[in-house]
Amino acid sequence: MAEPILTCSSVWKLFGPKPRSFMGRHGGAPDLAAILEEGYIPAVRDASLDVNAGEILVIMGLSGSGKSTLLRCLARLIEPTAGAIVFEGQDLLKASNRELTQLRRHKMGMVFQHFALLPHRTVLQNVAFPLEVQGIDRRTRENRAREMIQLVGLEGRERYYPRELSGGQQQRVGIARSLAVGPELWFLDEPFSALDPLIRREMQNEFLRLQNMLQKTILFITHDFDEAIRLADRIIIMKDGIIEQSGTATELIENPETDYVREFTKDVARDRLLSVATAMRPAAAGEATHGEVRADSTLADVAPQVIEAERPVAVVDEKGELVGVVDRFRLVDAMYSDRS
Amino acid sequence: MASERTLGASIGGTVAATRRLVRTPGAGPLLVLVPFVVLLALKPILPAAGIVWPATIAVPFIDWINVVVDAFRKHEIFGAFTVKDVTRAIAYGIEWPLDIMEGLLAGGFKSIGIPAIPWVMIAGLAAVFGWWLKGWRLALLAGGCIVYFAIFDKWSLSMVTLSLVLVAAPIAGAVGVALGVVAVKWPPFERALRPILNVMQSLPHFSYLIPVAVFIGVSHRAGAIATILFAIPPMTRLTILGLKGVAEEVREAGRMAGCTHWQMLFKVEIPAARDSLMLGVNQVIMQCLAMVVIASFVGARGLGQDLLLRLQSLRLGQALENGVAVVLMAVMLDRLSRALSEKQPERRPEGPFWRVHPYLVAGAAVIAASIVASQLTPYAQTLPRSATITTAPFWDEVVRVITTTLYDPLEFIRGDLLVHVLIPLRTGFQWMPWIAVAALVGTIGWRLAGPRLAATAAGFVCFIALTGFWERASITAYMVFFALLVCLLVGLPLGIWASRTARRTRFVQLLCDTFQTFPSFIYLIPVIMLFQVGDVAAISAVVLYAWIPIVRYTVFGLRGVPAETIEAAVTAGCTPRQILWKVRMPLAFPEIMLGVNQTIMFGLFMVILAGFIGTKDLGQEIFRALTFADAGKGLVIGLCVAFIGLAVDGLVTEWSTQRRRQLGLA
Ligand SMILES: Nc1ncnc2c1ncn2[C@@H]1O[C@H](COP(=O)(O)OP(=O)(O)O)[C@@H](O)[C@H]1O
Ligand SMILES: [Mg+2]
Repeated sequence: MAEPILTCSSVWKLFGPKPRSFMGRHGGAPDLAAILEEGYIPAVRDASLDVNAGEILVIMGLSGSGKSTLLRCLARLIEPTAGAIVFEGQDLLKASNRELTQLRRHKMGMVFQHFALLPHRTVLQNVAFPLEVQGIDRRTRENRAREMIQLVGLEGRERYYPRELSGGQQQRVGIARSLAVGPELWFLDEPFSALDPLIRREMQNEFLRLQNMLQKTILFITHDFDEAIRLADRIIIMKDGIIEQSGTATELIENPETDYVREFTKDVARDRLLSVATAMRPAAAGEATHGEVRADSTLADVAPQVIEAERPVAVVDEKGELVGVVDRFRLVDAMYSDRS
Repeated sequence: MASERTLGASIGGTVAATRRLVRTPGAGPLLVLVPFVVLLALKPILPAAGIVWPATIAVPFIDWINVVVDAFRKHEIFGAFTVKDVTRAIAYGIEWPLDIMEGLLAGGFKSIGIPAIPWVMIAGLAAVFGWWLKGWRLALLAGGCIVYFAIFDKWSLSMVTLSLVLVAAPIAGAVGVALGVVAVKWPPFERALRPILNVMQSLPHFSYLIPVAVFIGVSHRAGAIATILFAIPPMTRLTILGLKGVAEEVREAGRMAGCTHWQMLFKVEIPAARDSLMLGVNQVIMQCLAMVVIASFVGARGLGQDLLLRLQSLRLGQALENGVAVVLMAVMLDRLSRALSEKQPERRPEGPFWRVHPYLVAGAAVIAASIVASQLTPYAQTLPRSATITTAPFWDEVVRVITTTLYDPLEFIRGDLLVHVLIPLRTGFQWMPWIAVAALVGTIGWRLAGPRLAATAAGFVCFIALTGFWERASITAYMVFFALLVCLLVGLPLGIWASRTARRTRFVQLLCDTFQTFPSFIYLIPVIMLFQVGDVAAISAVVLYAWIPIVRYTVFGLRGVPAETIEAAVTAGCTPRQILWKVRMPLAFPEIMLGVNQTIMFGLFMVILAGFIGTKDLGQEIFRALTFADAGKGLVIGLCVAFIGLAVDGLVTEWSTQRRRQLGLA
């Protein structure tokens, strides 16, 4: 079990005139009606989560559900109204400005939806910027920036200005900049939402490639469930400032805890998401099988084989050992169980 | 008694009229006129103080201000020196950059035997600068203007003016940016600053001159200080706008990179607000230039002073010659600074040094060549008088031909227009009781945005009345009103015509840009030439100066109507005329009203300036105040003018915003 490196418990963020005293008056946990009645905006309510080292945690929700606000509370770009946030054993909410600056300079990186590049700086200068403000000398920081530019596949564009680049290229610069200081914790706030669908796909692959190499701890925000499924180790679904449910993609689809989550997960292509393991049953002793499939392949991959097979198909793990069987009825059941 | 009967009848009549008005469908907006109309009708029984506040009981704002100014001026700090000493010391501080700049550009430094920069070098460098900014056209324009000054015998005058601008603009810019930064970082300061900026930007130029004359005296440096003061507000405003416009994400990117506060300001916020700031630089330069002539009233030297002298002695040809030089200077500085604000950072080409830095190399070449040339011939250093050309005789001839051939039509305009139109209109404006006007403004404000706007707008009117300058102010208002009518008559058709095709739009925009570059004082020259002095002259000057915004906003509004809306109208079978009047005009109307608003602002500025050519309005009073260095009077009249502007501005802007929101355009 991985250690959580970032923990947040019962974080609240209300926008309004005097949110702290309002919270106090309502015993630290006001209900929605009270919040709205007094004209406060409930951006985040009672959010608790752990981010484990090396995982990709995706926060998912419709626009206005409080994702960005939660993320910014975690980076303490905005002050939470209540709650506790602990990063590597340090209470972030008690950190002084100076400590925060140091943390951001060395341990955190962020990628923004609209890239947030500095228009008056070249690609190289943009990527080197976080190093420059630390006072690192020019040669060192530019060498490091060149490495990062190469990493995101923009070599040759070092002297370009942001306005000369396409959206996808600009976001590559944003990614390179956020990685320049070698952060442990990597925040991405809808990094691909402003891009065309085709480019988005390409950038997602690029992102997975980078993560394979770098193994960062990642908090990734999206409003696109398909993107979440593609990228996430774990997904958190938010609605109206509240965390509705968290878990792996499969858990969310298999066991939605609320109607909202069910509604959300209804239209995903389950066959491409669920693994054979979710559809198999234990093999009866001496059961005759026809062919075999891997337990970790998706249902879509094995569907033709399973449907054409006259008898149940054997399911094996990565070592080739039999772990169960699957037949066409179980397959259809798993794929369409939510319709029943 | 007879008067009571008429009174009863008039009240009865008004009430009936009001009832009819209320019952008429669609008369809703007209209801705001009710208090105004009622008060007009009640004029016969209004107390005299409600019609024109008598000067005898006018609130003595002027005396109060003068007491403060006087106390302030003589106030001793540590018993050693007075505030006036301090202001004078500051003024001396500005003397040496002025001297250095003037020495460099024109006079040289005689005491240490260093000559001024040769004129060929200045021309060459101006050209290289233009080339770097935007290409050969701008190079030609910049270099050409400098050459013009040299050849047409305006060298030292124009270089004095240029050095004044080159010293005043950076100082005003720096102060303006600093104020803007503080305002953005510290909201209470902004709340205090905003109304001050509003008033400062609506104060006529002359209001800046009088306090400067009082605290600093009359001199070239006083002119520089007045210029700086006048140019600060737009820079501050654009700084605030720019810094606030920096995307929150960009700021967050800075914080996540671990910027300190100063790094944030200088490495993120200010560079990211660059476009806005550079626009501010352009405005500062143009404001400085607008003050060039006016500042000569407190002793600024240069083209402006020369122009003023010629104008005062009615040497119109020579004044025109100077006017051309001022215009060229304005056009040159405007185009250069605008190009600077539009210039985006560019990727450097790779290769040998001259390829990477072609402009540096060209600049160095110009410097070397002109040093050599000035060693070879004194003509490259300064053109001697004998080698220059004067165009004054030509302009004199132009003036003579125009005034003689146009004598009859001009006489007609001067005479008949005045007698049959202007004087009755003026009488009408003067006839209106101030209470009625305050009520009108207040009701409109109330209807638009409730008691706050009503109180401010009506408060402005009351202030004017209570100062005792109501009659003067109503003359000012009538002149601006009539000029506005003429501007609408000319500007609306022109704007509609121009909005038809992109080509026409470009053409008219160029026209507007060019005219707007001219410093306002320039417009007085042709007006004096054609109409000498008086109301007609003043109104023509206002029209000449103030037609621009109405055209600009009309074109902008009409072209801004969404193409889809027009397509929908075409599909619905509208004729072009119907499209214009039923679709485009209603949608563009809020924008056009903003143009009207701007035209009124421009008009107020000009009408005060026209006090110079003999009007009987606030402008004349402000000139008197200037002559007697009466700071209190100058400021109070300035405030009267500013408040007319602010009252109109508050109402029109509010209306336009609401209307655009209703139309879904905002
Ligand atoms: N600075 C702010 N002031 C007031 N309300 C805000 C502010 N920032 C966000 N909100 C509100 O908080 C809610 C959550 O916003 P956000 O976190 O940006 O949502 P998401 O990123 O999921 O789209 C929204 O209703 C938004 O309007
Ligand atoms: Mg968001």
